[in-house]
Amino acid sequence: MSTLNSKIPEGPLAEKWSNYKEHAKLVNPANKRKLEVIVVGTGLAGAAAAASLAELGYSVKAFCFQDSPRRAHSIAAQGGINAAKNYKNDGDSVFRLFYDTIKGGDFRAREGNVYRLADVSRNIIDQCVAQGVPFARDYGGLLDNRSFGGSQVSRTFYARGQTGQQLLLGAYGALERQIGLGNVQMYSRHEMVEVVTIEGKARGIIARNLITGELERYFGHAVLLCTGGYGNVFFLSTNAMGSNATAVWKAHKKGAYFGNPCFTQIHPTCIPVTGDYQSKLTLMSESLRNDGRVWVPKSKEDAKAIREGKKTAADIKEDDRDYYLERKYPSFGNLCPRDIASRAAKEACDDGRGIVPSGLGVFLDFADSIKRLGIDVVKARYGELFPMYQNITNEDPLKTPMKIYPAVHYTMGGLWVDYELMTTVPGLYCLGEANFSDHGANRLGASALMQGLADGYFVIPYTVGNYLSTEIFVKPIPTDHPAFVEAENDAKERAEKLINTKGKKTVDDFHKELGKIMWEKCGMARTAEGLTEARKQLQQLRKEFWSDVNVPGTLNEFNPEFDKASRVADFLELGELMVIDALNRNESCGGHFREEYQEGGEAKRDDENYRYVAAWEFKGVEADPVLHKEELVFENIQLQVRSYK
Amino acid sequence: MKYNLKVWRQKNSKSEGKLVDYTIDSINPDMSFLEMLDVLNDNLVRKGEDPIAFDHDCREGICGMCSLHISGRAHGPQHAATTCQLYMRSFKDGGTIYIEPWRAKSFPVIKDLVTDRSAFDRIIAAGGFVSVNTGQAQDANNLPIEQAHAEKAMDAAACIGCGACVAACPNSAAMLFVSAKISQLALLPQGGPERNIRAINMVNQMDAEGFGNCTNIGACEAECPKEIKLTNIARMNREYLLASLINE
Repeated sequence: MSTLNSKIPEGPLAEKWSNYKEHAKLVNPANKRKLEVIVVGTGLAGAAAAASLAELGYSVKAFCFQDSPRRAHSIAAQGGINAAKNYKNDGDSVFRLFYDTIKGGDFRAREGNVYRLADVSRNIIDQCVAQGVPFARDYGGLLDNRSFGGSQVSRTFYARGQTGQQLLLGAYGALERQIGLGNVQMYSRHEMVEVVTIEGKARGIIARNLITGELERYFGHAVLLCTGGYGNVFFLSTNAMGSNATAVWKAHKKGAYFGNPCFTQIHPTCIPVTGDYQSKLTLMSESLRNDGRVWVPKSKEDAKAIREGKKTAADIKEDDRDYYLERKYPSFGNLCPRDIASRAAKEACDDGRGIVPSGLGVFLDFADSIKRLGIDVVKARYGELFPMYQNITNEDPLKTPMKIYPAVHYTMGGLWVDYELMTTVPGLYCLGEANFSDHGANRLGASALMQGLADGYFVIPYTVGNYLSTEIFVKPIPTDHPAFVEAENDAKERAEKLINTKGKKTVDDFHKELGKIMWEKCGMARTAEGLTEARKQLQQLRKEFWSDVNVPGTLNEFNPEFDKASRVADFLELGELMVIDALNRNESCGGHFREEYQEGGEAKRDDENYRYVAAWEFKGVEADPVLHKEELVFENIQLQVRSYK
Repeated sequence: MKYNLKVWRQKNSKSEGKLVDYTIDSINPDMSFLEMLDVLNDNLVRKGEDPIAFDHDCREGICGMCSLHISGRAHGPQHAATTCQLYMRSFKDGGTIYIEPWRAKSFPVIKDLVTDRSAFDRIIAAGGFVSVNTGQAQDANNLPIEQAHAEKAMDAAACIGCGACVAACPNSAAMLFVSAKISQLALLPQGGPERNIRAINMVNQMDAEGFGNCTNIGACEAECPKEIKLTNIARMNREYLLASLINE
C-alpha cells in the first residue's frame, strides 16, 4: 500500500554508510557557489548544517526566530552526548550503541539510520574538541565519561551540566565564522511561515520578519528544516517558550509526510508543577540518576503526612522507603530508560504515594552518594544543577531530597525522512529533533545532541550534494514567481484572519486548554476512549480559537503575542494528528503507552501488526489524514521484549 | 503579594519611551519574575491594551535571551541569576519595582524592553572560534589538556551572551563578554594558532560596535549571571598587548 522508499543503501549494515558516501554524486567547487541552501533553525542540527555546507562552498541562508543563532533551545541540554569511543575500555562499540538505541527506542527505528548515527558519533566528539568545546577531563587530561539511562557502559561526554550549551556554542562559532566570511547570510528574528514548492520541489520559504512584521521571500535550491520538536503542543513542557512546530507543520501541509507523531517523550526528572501561573517546566538532568536514588514512602499514610507537611523525607526510615526503580528493575535500577522511569513515577503517584501537595511528585535522593563520595564530589559533578534547583524551589538538594515528576521533554516523531534526510517533498530536508528518524518510540538520554550534530555535521553535507548535483543547471528562481506570490498570500490571509478575529479569549487560554487535553488524554497513558474524546474536543477547540481568539496589536510591528497565536494555531492542528496516530497504534511501545495493551504493568508491543513507521499524509484540516506505512526490517537485531529487569 | 511597577514603554526604535505605572496583585512568591510579567500582560490583553514586549525563551537561565534592568540592577537583585531565574520572593510585598531595558548605545531598543544585541554576534564572527572545518579533526584524545586549564576554559565558556555586563557598566563596555571567549580559547591548545589574530580582530570589532572601555569598576563581574571573572579581562589585555607587539 505504501510508496515510501527509505532508500537504505544495499550491503551489510556496517558498510551501508561508506557505500553510500563512496557512490553519492558530487558537486564541483565552482558549482557549489551557485547553489543556494536555506537552513531554518540554528540549534545543533541547523547551526552544524549551515556551517558545514558553507565550508563546502554552498551559498547558505540561515534563519532563526531568536535574536541570535546562539539561543536555540539545544543550548538547554544539560547532561551530555553519547559516542561509541570506548575510551573507558568497558566494552562499548558502534554496534553496542546502535543496539542500545534500537532497543531503547523499543524497536521502532530504522536499523540503517541508527547504525550510521552510532558510527559518526565518534567523529562528533573529535570535531567538538577541535572547536574548543571544554569537555570534562580526568587528571591525565583525557576526556571523562559518565553513564546515562538505558546503557550499561559509560559513553556520555559532558561539559558540567551545560553540555548542550557548549556544543551549541561550538557550532555557533563555526556558523559565525562562515557569516564573517560571507558564506552564510544570517536572518535572526525571522520565522518561517510557508514552504514554497515549484513543480513539486522545495524552492524557498516565506519568512516573517519578527521586528517589522513584514513577510519576506527567499529562494533556495534546497530547504533544510532544523526546527526542533513540538513538545509545546502540551503547553507545559521543558521546551523554550518560543519552540514551535510551525515550520514542520507548514511543510506537512505542503506534502511532507509526518512520521509517528504520537511518539513523545515524557522525561522523568523535572521539577513538579506548583501553580496555574506556571509558564514552563524545568528539567533536572537525567545524569542526576547516576548518583540520585528515586523513592516514595512504602505506605500511603507516610506519603500523606509528607504532603501535608507533617513529616519530611528524613522522618521516613530506610525500611519504610520504596526505591521502586531499584526494586522493579534491578539490573538497570535508577538508570532505566526515561519512558519506564516516568511510568513508574506515575504508577507510584496514582497509588497515592506522591510526596508533593498536588500528589504528583517523587523523591530523588543524593544522601547515599554524598555519604559515599563526599559533598564536594557530588557538587562538582552536577555544576549548575543544584543551585538551579535550589533557586527555583527554595530547597537545598544537598540537605533534603529533590522532588521530581515527569514532564513533556522531547518528541521522537517528526517529519518522515529517508536515509538522506529528505522528506517526501524533493529538495526539502529535515534534520535533528524535527525529523522522526533515529529514536523510535523512545529516545535514550544524551542521544539528542548526538543526532542533531550527526545530521548537521556528518550526514547532510553528503546527502544534500547527491541531490544538488542534479540541480546545477537551475538558475536562482526570482521571488516574483507565482508560487512565491501565492505562498505569501496564503500566509498573509491567515495572519489577517488571526489578528482580525478580536474575540474574548487570550492565546494562552487556548494553549492551556490544548495542553490539558493532550496531557490528560495523549500523555503518559492513553486509551482508545480518551483519544476519541480528545479528537472531538480538539476539533471544537480549534473552531472556537478561530472565532474567539483575541490577538492584540497589528501585523506590521514587533508583536510577540501574534507570533504566539500563529504558533498555537498550528499546534491545534498538530495535536489532532498526534491523537489520530495514538489511536491508530493499537500497541504500547516506548513513550506510547496504551492502557489496553500491557502485561504486568509493562508495555506490550505488537510486532506482528505495528512494526512500521506511521507516515501521515495531509488531506485538509478537517479531513482525515491518510496513513502510509513504512515496514521496519530488522536484519541485525532480534526483536525481543524490551526488558531492563 | 502586590507590587507597583514602573515599566519602560517605547513603541519602536524611532519613538521616545517613558516609564508607565502599573499595579499588580495576587502574585505568588514562587512565581518567577517573567511569570509575573506574563500575568501583567494577560491582564493588559484582556483590557484591550498593548502587552509589554520583553525578550525571553528557555526560562531556565541558559539561553541568554532574557534581560531587564530591574530597579537599577541587571537581571535584578539576586546574585548570579538571570531574570528568568529570579523569583518574586526576592521582592518586598507592596514595593515598587522599576523595569527598564538594557541601556547602551550599542544595544538599541526595538520595542519596550527588547533590545538589539546583534553586535555580540558580529564580535564572535570576527574571531570567536577555532578555524576547523567539519571533518578536519584528529582523534579527541590525541590532545590531552591539563584538567585545571580545561576547567578554567569552561568557567569562561559559561558566558551566555546576555549583555548584562554591558548594561551594568557605566562605560557600556563589552569587555567581560569579549574576554570570556578570548580566554576560553587562549586557555586551550586548540585556540593556539589563531590566538593573536583573534585578540586583535575581536577587540577591533568590539570598538567598531561602539562599546566603551574598561576602567576596572567591576560592575560587570558583580552582575554577571554566570559569575564570569574580571581576571578574564586581564587575560584579554595580555593577549591583545602580546598580539600587538608581535604584529608590529
